Amino acid sequence: MRRILSIALALMLMAGTGAMAQSPPPAPTGEAIGAPVPWGIDLQDPMGPVKVAIHDFNSLVLWIIIAITVFVAILLAWVMWRYSAARNPVPSRTSHHSLLEVAWTVIPVLILLVIAIPSFRLIYYEDRARDADLTINVQGRQWYWHYAYPDNGNFAFDSYPIPENELRPGQLRNLSVDNPLVIPVGATIRVLTTGHDVIHSFFVPSLGVQKYTIPGRTMETWMRADREGTFYGQCNQICGNNHWFMPIAVRAVPRAEFDAWVAEARTKFADGGAPGWPERDRTTNVAAISNTDPSAEARR
Amino acid sequence: MAHPAHDTDHGHDAHHDHAPGFLSRWFFSTNHKDIGSLYIIFAVVAAFVGVALSMLMRLELQSPGMQFFADGQMWNVAVTAHGILMVFYVVMPALIGGFGNWFVPIMIGAPDMAFPRLNNISFWLLVPAFMLTIGSLFVGGTGTGWTLYPPLSDSQYQGGPGLDMALFGLHLAGASSILGAANFITTIFNMRAPGMTLHKMPLFVWGMLVTAFLLLLSVPVLGGAITMLITDRNFGTAFFKPEGGGDPVLFQHLFWFFGHPEVYIMILPAFGIVSHVLSTFSRKPIFGYLGMAYAMVAIGVVGFVVWAHHMFTSGISVDTRAYFMAATMIIAVPTGIKIFSWIATMWGGSLSFKTPMLFAIGFVFLFTVGGVTGVKLANAGVDVILHNTYYVIAHFHYVLSLGAVFGIYAGFYYWIGKMSGYQYPERWGQIHFWLTFIGVNLTFFPMHFLGAQGMPRRYPDYPDAFAGWNMVASVGAYISGISFLVFIYVVALTFLRKQKAEANPWGEGATTLEWQVSSPPPFHTFEELPRIR
Repeated sequence: MRRILSIALALMLMAGTGAMAQSPPPAPTGEAIGAPVPWGIDLQDPMGPVKVAIHDFNSLVLWIIIAITVFVAILLAWVMWRYSAARNPVPSRTSHHSLLEVAWTVIPVLILLVIAIPSFRLIYYEDRARDADLTINVQGRQWYWHYAYPDNGNFAFDSYPIPENELRPGQLRNLSVDNPLVIPVGATIRVLTTGHDVIHSFFVPSLGVQKYTIPGRTMETWMRADREGTFYGQCNQICGNNHWFMPIAVRAVPRAEFDAWVAEARTKFADGGAPGWPERDRTTNVAAISNTDPSAEARR
Repeated sequence: MAHPAHDTDHGHDAHHDHAPGFLSRWFFSTNHKDIGSLYIIFAVVAAFVGVALSMLMRLELQSPGMQFFADGQMWNVAVTAHGILMVFYVVMPALIGGFGNWFVPIMIGAPDMAFPRLNNISFWLLVPAFMLTIGSLFVGGTGTGWTLYPPLSDSQYQGGPGLDMALFGLHLAGASSILGAANFITTIFNMRAPGMTLHKMPLFVWGMLVTAFLLLLSVPVLGGAITMLITDRNFGTAFFKPEGGGDPVLFQHLFWFFGHPEVYIMILPAFGIVSHVLSTFSRKPIFGYLGMAYAMVAIGVVGFVVWAHHMFTSGISVDTRAYFMAATMIIAVPTGIKIFSWIATMWGGSLSFKTPMLFAIGFVFLFTVGGVTGVKLANAGVDVILHNTYYVIAHFHYVLSLGAVFGIYAGFYYWIGKMSGYQYPERWGQIHFWLTFIGVNLTFFPMHFLGAQGMPRRYPDYPDAFAGWNMVASVGAYISGISFLVFIYVVALTFLRKQKAEANPWGEGATTLEWQVSSPPPFHTFEELPRIR
């Protein structure tokens, strides 16, 4: 039994060091896409510092839990082989072993400590931006996103998914949108989420960010994209009929390009909504929105 | 045998003569074994609907695009009904009402439950509750997910009587659970046979005792929450409406204060069953009995102070997140004690791999898988990108669909001979195990990958990159669906071939009291209380 414990310990140590060594460095070249890949089994590639931190921590925990699962599987397989009735006709009557029982209480506590310390560091790091370069307001609405840029002239616009029959080559079904959320590369973005109708969730896996948008509350989180590119996400809290069809696209561009976009957007979105969005409503079968949302009516 | 004329004098020798007629036996029943059987039949009937819904969902998700569901609302209704049915009308009735009613009194040497009529109403409240839930599907349904979060569950967004019916159904099911819990607690504390001290109680009874306390303390909170939801919907209150000074997050706190203990309510009785099965088929006493019992107590206690780990992205403060994260990870310790004690129970034993044993060993392994992914999800830092994704779906199906359900199957094969008097066909039992094992793993393991890649839950259609693993999961689900039909076939075969079960078919390893009485046990199990040394 002692031998098995030491093997387990060794396995876990190995797993731990292995994970430490594998923080994936984001390669800063070209336009990146943050989206799921076919047959992908791991987290989406990190595109910003928050996600890099999540990645590091995730690998640590993943290897620990794989080691534990393999350890339990090996024990079970051994027990089933060695102590089958054919091989071991006379069962022992052992039903206590104090040392062993203390061991399998204390060792898990130690493993949890190994997990908990970096985990606490991570949540405080993720919590909010220290020195934000830019603040963006995100509002989930049935069933589109509404973004506002309060410190760039307070313009706001709506972001709608592109229906399947209007997709252009290169656009992703159920992920591409008409007006992505544009941010400057390398800028620390404070994200404030507010609710409008029901609860939605602003979720961009490759940037490591998720926050509910809850009516009556303003909540804060942050993100930063370290690469140019488009990073996709989807609404991640059930919000009614088109919950599955309100994707998020965050487009990270160089600072100069961002400034040009802001200048253009301030005139383009002067009325606070994307041009032509009532047509979109019909194509995505959400005509009911104007019945349930008087403020949408007023905005038009 | 006594002459009928002497029946009153010799009544104790002729239990079966006391069995009432069909109507009063099954509809007005006060006998814990008959009520237990009713619960199990009920759970199987509800499982047909629950499994059928999951087959529909997997058909839709098999490939990208909308194929079978008209729109997202219809999908949401199916998802919600699947969740509510499986939790409240399949797993709970099977484990608590079914096996709990059948075996708690027998295992502690009691003639019946403490309050037999209360027991009867507990079951019969569940039937209208189930009918309300099913009925709601025909009047618009509930498109909110089983978590029922407002404002989506307000009348503005979910109009019509569907959600109200489902809420009333939950109220009735909750009342049924609370009454049942009171009954179990009273029975276990007051009706143990002489010598049956708390520390000699079989682990299944310990599991049921902790479960009953969890029910008693948590279900009223759900009752309060959904009552406020009903008045918000119908009577103009604003408990959860921000425009009226209410708070949607309050509902989340109340719901999960119930909802988290609820998941332990579903698994603790299964823990008990697995302990008995492993001990019986290893021909060895349970290893670390006291540790096992108090690990369940610890899980129950800590289970009440971890609820907000379901709300890491709901805007609770970072310090609060830190607390709930730490508290949640602590649950891994008593769970680890149980896993290792189960392995130690088998260690040095003489194992025979009958169907119940296969399900129990399967349980230990799959519960480990579900448990360690729980440890990962407990970390709020990672949960930020796994919350509400298929990773969570995989996690809780590993502990429930592969944990609790494997526990139910282990208990069913272990006790069906005792309950019905007929032994199950071993070969078909084994076929059922392997089909289920392969099917559910194929269904739920790929969901870890989908979740890691960021696929959100409650989606009828998804970006094309998710197609591959969804196809695999659907194939697994079809195998699981077939395995459920095989289970029904096993049950039918058991009752058709009528192979007489002995009082104790499992040999010296089966030491609890139910194996000391005939199969099936007499109508009143113990006319004289047994003495436990």
